[in-house]
Amino acid sequence: MSVKTFKCERIAAGKASGPALVSNEAVCFYLVEPETGIIVEQNHTLAGRSMDGTVLVAHAGKGSSVVQMDGLFKLAMKHKNPLAVILRNPDPVFVSALLVMEIPSVFNAEEAFYGCVKDGDLITVDADNGIISLKSLQ
Amino acid sequence: MKLTDEQRGMLNGEYGEAASYAMKIQEGVGRVFRANRMVPITRAHVALSAQDADVWFVEKLVGMGGKCKIAPTVNPSIDVPYLNRYLAEVPQEGKEIVSRTNEAYRKIGAALTFNCTPYLQQNVPAFKEIISFSESSATPYVNSVIGARTNRESSQSALCAAITGFVPEYGLLLEENRKAEILVDVKAKIRDDFDYQLLGWCYPLVYNGPEVPAFAGIEERPTPEGFMNFGAELNTSGAVGMYHIIGITPEAPDIKTAFCGKEPRKNIVIEQKDIEMVRKRICGEPGKIDFAMFGCPHLSIRQVGDIARVCKGRRFAVDVWILTSSLTKELAARMGFLDIISRAGGHIVADTCIDVPPCWWPYYGKNAVTDSPKCAYYNEIRKISFKIRPLEQAIEAAIIGEVRI
Repeated sequence: MSVKTFKCERIAAGKASGPALVSNEAVCFYLVEPETGIIVEQNHTLAGRSMDGTVLVAHAGKGSSVVQMDGLFKLAMKHKNPLAVILRNPDPVFVSALLVMEIPSVFNAEEAFYGCVKDGDLITVDADNGIISLKSLQ
Repeated sequence: MKLTDEQRGMLNGEYGEAASYAMKIQEGVGRVFRANRMVPITRAHVALSAQDADVWFVEKLVGMGGKCKIAPTVNPSIDVPYLNRYLAEVPQEGKEIVSRTNEAYRKIGAALTFNCTPYLQQNVPAFKEIISFSESSATPYVNSVIGARTNRESSQSALCAAITGFVPEYGLLLEENRKAEILVDVKAKIRDDFDYQLLGWCYPLVYNGPEVPAFAGIEERPTPEGFMNFGAELNTSGAVGMYHIIGITPEAPDIKTAFCGKEPRKNIVIEQKDIEMVRKRICGEPGKIDFAMFGCPHLSIRQVGDIARVCKGRRFAVDVWILTSSLTKELAARMGFLDIISRAGGHIVADTCIDVPPCWWPYYGKNAVTDSPKCAYYNEIRKISFKIRPLEQAIEAAIIGEVRI
């Protein structure tokens, strides 16, 4: 099992580890079931998968100025939120939701990270020091 | 990000706990988007939603002693007494969250307008004014139609700005990020307010990117309501914080100015067949309806007058709900529209949103008509099936209880 590290920048402070949940399309927290953390959005590539306890690797966010925060809040109240988030294309609505909910999170990860990361890889996000470490399953 | 002494003092708690907390969130946003500094705002609009996260956040700020430096206008919630009297008892959970939300926003010093079209009344910015507006239909209107400057804020980041009186300077606050990059040649016939609903829904289906688009080929200036519909649908089907209409909106007198002399990154054509594709996909087949709902976004006095003209001396066959601001309702009363609509059996309800559960529960699973694709979309989760028609056609449908064409 090899461990690789990648540079990144902090969004919200903190450090957390978990299996990677990789979303190559935009994520809307409103369309996630709060009781289970399962993505219920029809036609989403991650439909049926759970965010609970994962490190979410999100391509981008989507949704109105209200729904992103409301969805993430409901997940956090039920303790089904992702433990950390790696966001590829930050937008103000997603970023402010992460800051308000204080979810350890980063952006601007080295491009090589995206070529490397696979669903289920064990990831540690250290937002304070701007480091992602990835333990590949292969 | 470089902060002034005052801003640094806020961050360090010299202006109280709430200002420090709000500043920390804004400092984080500024850091991510590479803002160099924070600049003062003169207006804010908060997309109050009366949902769990909304009430939690505003109560947290109130608990810290928070007070808005810039009183923000706020989005609608529910007129509980009116719906209790004329629709059905609002569930206890709904009553509680509405009263907690209203109280917290009152304590924090918001202007309790409960209206989602602040750009038409009560919070109208000027050209180049730096502001902080959330609400997906408001952001494009103030940026594009008026030429004021705001990013696509979340309701939380807009409330933080209202508390501190500052926003990080990045994105659409900077001249260079407001120029068009996508040229959209509109070959379809866009004439009335309803055509803008369809065009607004259509564009993100044809091209979905973060760049600012400029629409060419529109000769006649849209009405305020046409612009309102356009922005609302651009931000339901997609996320467009700003657009230009060549020869019409203030930062696009001609193509050269809109694109800052550069070539478009991409050229797009929207033809009549694209508009017809949208109509076919979202507007629904003719058929019986159980009720009618209008006001997403809140209707203007001109639209309320249009409804009164169609229903004067007639009776609605189904429940009709017309959602607007309290000011427009008062104006409708003065102008006689409220009497005409009431005699026809319709309701004008103030301060209320089509999307705030659970007050509309008697209609879950029913069929209805509206003029708004946004209203139809956000009610899908409540299994309400909306047919979408131009306003006057939809009113005719409510009179006979059926959408015939």
